Amino acid sequence: MAPRVDVNAFLGAYPWRKVPGTSPEALAKALDRVDIDTAWVTHLPGLFWRDPTEGNAWLYETAKKQRRFKPVPTVHPGMAQWEQVIADAANAGAPAVRCDPLYLGLDPTGGEMRVLAAACGAARMPLMLAVRLEDGRQRHPNDRAGDLPAAAVRALLRADGDVRLLVTHADRGFVEEVHFGSTPEEARRVWWDICWIWGPPEDHLATLLATVGVDRFVFGTGQPLRLAETSVAKLDLLELSSDARGAIEFKNAQELMA
Amino acid sequence: MLVDTHAHFYHAKTPRADWHERNESRLRAGKRIGITTHVASILGSWGLTSPIYFPSPRDVTAGNDALLALQREHPDTIRGYVCVNPNYTAHARAEIVRCLDAGMIGIKLAASRRADDPLLDPIGVLARERRVPVLQHIWQHRRRDWPGQEASDAVELCALARRHPDVSFILAHIGGGGDWLHSLHAVADVPNVYVDLSGSGVDGGMLEACLESVGAKRLLWGTDLTMDTGWAKLRYLEALLTKEEVALVRWKNAAQIFPAGAFPSD
Repeated sequence: MAPRVDVNAFLGAYPWRKVPGTSPEALAKALDRVDIDTAWVTHLPGLFWRDPTEGNAWLYETAKKQRRFKPVPTVHPGMAQWEQVIADAANAGAPAVRCDPLYLGLDPTGGEMRVLAAACGAARMPLMLAVRLEDGRQRHPNDRAGDLPAAAVRALLRADGDVRLLVTHADRGFVEEVHFGSTPEEARRVWWDICWIWGPPEDHLATLLATVGVDRFVFGTGQPLRLAETSVAKLDLLELSSDARGAIEFKNAQELMA
Repeated sequence: MLVDTHAHFYHAKTPRADWHERNESRLRAGKRIGITTHVASILGSWGLTSPIYFPSPRDVTAGNDALLALQREHPDTIRGYVCVNPNYTAHARAEIVRCLDAGMIGIKLAASRRADDPLLDPIGVLARERRVPVLQHIWQHRRRDWPGQEASDAVELCALARRHPDVSFILAHIGGGGDWLHSLHAVADVPNVYVDLSGSGVDGGMLEACLESVGAKRLLWGTDLTMDTGWAKLRYLEALLTKEEVALVRWKNAAQIFPAGAFPSD
């Protein structure tokens, strides 16, 4: 059986509500609970800090102690020496770096994000972005960061011919808008995690696997903000060949990093 | 046994060309998950000839007829909530009597009238007489009016539940959008309100908060529009609860509040 890699996990407290299971030990237990071998992890509190990179050192240290964690450090292209974050990530063997522009107060299609995309492309370092972390209907009144627009993903794909994007927490409409609003070459440089895509009876995930292609999707959960069981259940409800399932749970993530 | 207390089906006179495919998908996924009974509702014409949450009496009747037909077609797996629009009191009461007599087992109130409105009292009275539960669509912590519906939140449902203490009310889809913690605080001390776990929301900490608020004895399993999230919550509960407690959530609580014999092997 192919390993299962969760490309979308977090460590550390969430500022807007109480979330259990945010410690490294608790996340490791959750991985055991749902048979996940490896998790790509981001330091969650750092996403809300003025300098989000201040969480990266802790993230690297934690990942060194727990080999199942692969660090995804956060980069802020509006801060001095941001390029060093990408270099450090490459040296540390990070599978990706992340930047969530709307949490950082950046224009998602602005110059800073385009320059970041180019730098990630040059370094062959995938860039991860989340469309959202929580359902907009339930957010804390002071949590006013907007959802990442699909136009921003299209713009970043066009900004640099080498950049590869990993977009998490996207729904069917978002995926379709980017995929069919891009050239085939551009669409081959974006991967989608499955955590926010509906299963039956709407069958959005089954539809996307048929229309967009199995090779574009990777296994992600959004845990511990979301139950990791959800992404496993989505796959269990599909009639997938073992090759297709292995691609989503492992092989496509390897391709993304290649 | 596994009872889905919050399911929906579609029919030909709705905007969805894929209505039959969606119904089949629900039944197919239900088999995979192990659902023994889908307790479902149809909200009128789902917007084709009157709004989803403000269905006309004609559409209410047509939707209920379509559900009765499905119930006849799948007598072992589908049970119905009779959907009504409380703004048409006489029609609502007549429709409840007609559909319960035809084998439906509960009442569905969507968002046609606020839950604490006196217009819902005649429906509460009828629910007590017929000993059926009322599933109330809820916006978890409604901070304002939302277009297209006169949504209610848990505080408003609890006001109704306190006026009808002998009726079991089901707070719909705790994972269906909005601040679920607000709802869970509101229902904690209202013993005739049950919490249905359906909805696309699968927030970490939500199920722990449900258990802290109402315990396993007042939780009902359900899916609504996303069966994958329902299955995920069930799997997570199996890690949190004892087998006996899981059985309560899977079906025993439902068997207690729905009429005797509502479920085939009940």
